Amino acid sequence: MFDKILIANRGEIACRVIDSCRRMGVATVAVYSDADRAARHVEMADEAVHLGGPAPADSYLRADRVIAAARATGAQAIHPGYGFLSENPDFVDAIVAAGLVFIGPSAAAIRAMGLKDAAKALMEQAGVPVVPGYHGADQDPDHLARMAGQIGYPVLIKAVAGGGGKGMRRVDDPAQFRDALDSARSEAQGAFGNPAVLIEKYILQPRHIEMQVFGDGTRAVHLYERDCSLQRRHQKVIEEAPAPGMTPEVRRAMGDAAVRAAEAIGYAGAGTIEFIVDGADGLRPDGFWFMEMNTRLQVEHPVTEAITGIDLVEWQLRVASGEPLPARQEDLSITGHAFEARLYAEDVPAGFLPATGRLSHLRFPDQARIETGVRPGDAISPWYDPMIAKLVTHAPTRAIALRALEQALVDTEVAGSVTNLAFLTALTRHAGFRQGEVDTGLIARDLDALIDAGPPDDRALVLGVIGLAGLADPARQGGTTLWQPLRRTIAWEGGSALLEVHGPGAARVTLVQPHEVLWQGGRWWVDGDLCRARIVTHAAGVSVFGGRVVHLTPLDPLARTGAAEGGDGLTRAPMPGLVKAVHVTLGQQVAAGDRLAVLEAMKMEHSLTAARDGVVAEVLVGAGDQVEAGAALIRLEDQPDG
Amino acid sequence: MKLQSRALPGSDAFRANRAAHLDMIAAVAEVARTAAEGGGAKALARHTGRGKMPPRERVANLLDPGSPFLEVGATAAHGLYDGAAPAAGVIAGVGRVQGQDVMVVANDATVKGGTYYPMTVKKHLRAQEIAEECHLPCLYLVDSGGANLPNQDEVFPDRDHFGRIFYNQARMSAKGIPQIAVVMGSCTAGGAYVPAMSDVTIIVRDQGTIFLAGPPLVRAATGEIVTSEDLGGGDVHTRLSGVADYLAEDDAHALAMARRAVLNLNRRRPETVLWQPSEPPAYDPDEILGVVPPDLRTPYDIREVIARIVDGSRFDEFKARFGETLVTGFAHVEGCPVGIVANNGVLFSEAAQKGAHFIELCSARDIPLVFLQNITGFMVGRKYENEGIARHGAKMVTAVATTNVPKITMLVGGSFGAGNYGMAGRAYSPRFLWTWPNSRIGVMGGEQAAGVLATVRRDGIERQGGSWLPEEEAEFKRPTVEMFERQSHPLYASARMWDDGIIDPRRSREVLALSLRASLNAPIAPTRFGLFRM
Repeated sequence: MFDKILIANRGEIACRVIDSCRRMGVATVAVYSDADRAARHVEMADEAVHLGGPAPADSYLRADRVIAAARATGAQAIHPGYGFLSENPDFVDAIVAAGLVFIGPSAAAIRAMGLKDAAKALMEQAGVPVVPGYHGADQDPDHLARMAGQIGYPVLIKAVAGGGGKGMRRVDDPAQFRDALDSARSEAQGAFGNPAVLIEKYILQPRHIEMQVFGDGTRAVHLYERDCSLQRRHQKVIEEAPAPGMTPEVRRAMGDAAVRAAEAIGYAGAGTIEFIVDGADGLRPDGFWFMEMNTRLQVEHPVTEAITGIDLVEWQLRVASGEPLPARQEDLSITGHAFEARLYAEDVPAGFLPATGRLSHLRFPDQARIETGVRPGDAISPWYDPMIAKLVTHAPTRAIALRALEQALVDTEVAGSVTNLAFLTALTRHAGFRQGEVDTGLIARDLDALIDAGPPDDRALVLGVIGLAGLADPARQGGTTLWQPLRRTIAWEGGSALLEVHGPGAARVTLVQPHEVLWQGGRWWVDGDLCRARIVTHAAGVSVFGGRVVHLTPLDPLARTGAAEGGDGLTRAPMPGLVKAVHVTLGQQVAAGDRLAVLEAMKMEHSLTAARDGVVAEVLVGAGDQVEAGAALIRLEDQPDG
Repeated sequence: MKLQSRALPGSDAFRANRAAHLDMIAAVAEVARTAAEGGGAKALARHTGRGKMPPRERVANLLDPGSPFLEVGATAAHGLYDGAAPAAGVIAGVGRVQGQDVMVVANDATVKGGTYYPMTVKKHLRAQEIAEECHLPCLYLVDSGGANLPNQDEVFPDRDHFGRIFYNQARMSAKGIPQIAVVMGSCTAGGAYVPAMSDVTIIVRDQGTIFLAGPPLVRAATGEIVTSEDLGGGDVHTRLSGVADYLAEDDAHALAMARRAVLNLNRRRPETVLWQPSEPPAYDPDEILGVVPPDLRTPYDIREVIARIVDGSRFDEFKARFGETLVTGFAHVEGCPVGIVANNGVLFSEAAQKGAHFIELCSARDIPLVFLQNITGFMVGRKYENEGIARHGAKMVTAVATTNVPKITMLVGGSFGAGNYGMAGRAYSPRFLWTWPNSRIGVMGGEQAAGVLATVRRDGIERQGGSWLPEEEAEFKRPTVEMFERQSHPLYASARMWDDGIIDPRRSREVLALSLRASLNAPIAPTRFGLFRM
């Protein structure tokens, strides 16, 4: 076993690897970028080495610096985590050349799986089923019709140059093939100037089921399947193991195929074979097809760990240090059911836009396994994946594990950034999902219902007002007056309420209607109803958790602009980001609506325009500057008269 | 030692007492509610229509949310001026801003434009007096047209009239007691000196005005035509004149600025008493209504009240076996050590001596005094005069008058004659004086007064050889009895600010604690007693 390893990653996965190393007595070296100087993974590791600037290209993707760090600290092996350099065969070659060990497969295995078409061909040779299709150059309509017949209906005609659904036709009946082909071609010609099409088997109700495999370079075992069908635009949202509706027969077929695939390329370490599965009519031994292999530890590996009781990182280290496979296939079994939900800083109603922010409050429930790379007070920066945590629950049955996940999500408290918490919670309550009716189209189909937060919860808002007033500690202020309760305004960004305090833990909050608030028996009651709500006060304001989450940001009553001054003429950054370009120069005259600068934030470019006519009086930033939300960028002055 | 209550909460007497008290409380609550409405709905609509916050909401938005507000003179001027000045047109009281106790004085412009009636002046001066004695920073929320002109003879010329407000501001500022003004409306003529005399002044744009003479008077005097805003608006005063220091956009902004000003006072509470962790009484304060008979003539044990006011109902009674009609002893109220002096019958010589002794004791130890007044007076008669009850009473009065520890007085029953003096009545400058709805105050009871007058009358009639029928005597006495009854009523008393307000007896503990806390913002000066006539 290694004495010391370096983890070439950040965030939750770096912390996850460090956890296992600590249990095994292996010393750890973390690496970090400028943005991660005080990150959790740096704090957890025994040593830490600085890599460079916050951009991944300047830090976590710098293979040379990572290897130099390993050598400088005496680490014997490098764990790549997932993402970044984890599937980069050149990185593996460089590590081996430096006399170190890569905790993962060989460069050759990675290369073999890296090119999708070549990998499919390889798998076909190894007897692993791949999605039937025709990608040939012969575009003769009769030939295409014949190919369609061989593939088996229904089929999908797709423009080779396609995208956005243009030139795409589903054909259920051979009699309709020619008409569909003609219209697909003419549409493809019109849209792309290229009428060429390909034909694929159309899978009515596709599911994404993947097999976890583990090899030692010669032999491989599988650690059962994971169902990752709950996806949004190919982003996995909630994963589970085992797959709903899985039968021993199908599992054996898929497991055998997966092991064949791994052994075919002499795979060493943890890997995942992803299959597309037809779920239209129950799972069938001939209803799954190879899609690709991920030659690394997956984000969702904890659900496999939960049901098998195996620490996959421990296995990775053992196999990489030369041990044979720690278990034979017949030693492995499944206990219970597990779920994982990915908690992200993202704005779901705005189209799942990645978000940033400082997590002014963060609390996880005790009853779930939590994988996280952030602590309360940490920032979700724009530089990396905005994942906050993974919540993993494990229980004897799927129904209990899903309820446990729902409860864990309800009990999770995050403030300081928008999150997908409500969306995840809605998913756990989705009737179809609860019954195990999963497919990759579920989220898209029911998106509106999943995002719809329903009518606002006045009770949570009322308790938020109590929090904003500083009365979350019910015993603190009793609002004593001699005869008349005093009524005051409590204002926050986007609203205000009237508050009367009637005694310790007793108040009336008027939004539109008056609501009576009472603290009794260690609980809040609003209008006589018990509320399982928790009021939390933090740096960014007040949050009410435990149901419909409410965040209230207090208004600074002193932050007022003089009405007569008519604004300060400043254009400010609407969010943290990178100044891509400044389009104006000092003294330049601009008209309202003119573009002043471009800010890149959240993977999007935002044009900042002049709010009014004027002359550029100050340019406070340059292209390439990283700016905080609210930072002053450009100041305009009124045009001199005449 | 924990007091043992003998009260029977289920008894008929208990229930009857409670019902009678609830009626009296309801009567006061109704008066207080009307007073809090200020000038009424129409005036309020006009006020808010100008973008102004209702006066009481101004106070609420100034104070820390949910913090206590110990209002002074809540029913002042009740029944005076034909009801034209509810709460005397000004809101005053001790509140908390940024955790610090402050005195708030807020004009109610819905009441005759916030002009000063005689009771308005008295209430304003009383608030300042409390602030000065307790070292409380003063926050004036100004919105007033100045002196009420039809009453000018009773608000302008005398020592304790309008001018005293500014005298007090200067004297308090000199003592290091901060004076902060928020100009939220007019500040005309004399009123202009409230902001001008303040340490820090905030003014609301397009709403607050400060000038010695308003546009009509200027036009009459010099012919100059000028708008209020140009004459003395927020912009003028913060940019040109320097009369005000901060320009606020509206009421809410101005109040936030005032809160910030308090944050920058850099004040600290002096070390005074040894606070203990607070502990609720063992007996529910709510039961006060049941243990106290509403009729002042029915005797009861004052310890039943003490047990429902002090921490843990614990009372270290001092000299329990001597002068038993005065109960003295040590206790804590919400953690604050206090010496309690409470009547349990008429005052005899021994009781008066005991009272003087106990006040000396508390003064030597810097322990604040709480007086629970229920006193018909000192004992009368040859025996008592001959043994020198006046001399013994004088000892107690001397002790009460000259001690420098904070005194808080609560009228829980009668307050008659010299008993009022010995028990720290208004003339003895207790820091706060609160009354219960069942209390009565007067030089003596109405029956006694009528009896005295009737005796004099009868003597006169009989000297002239006449005779007086009992019916005639009763008819003679009736108006006197009625007058005394009316004038000794707490609403009558509080309307004239003979006290700081009527309270719900169930809130006695809270009110005492807040009064003590406010008082202890000032250091306790050493006491030098006057000569005791031995």
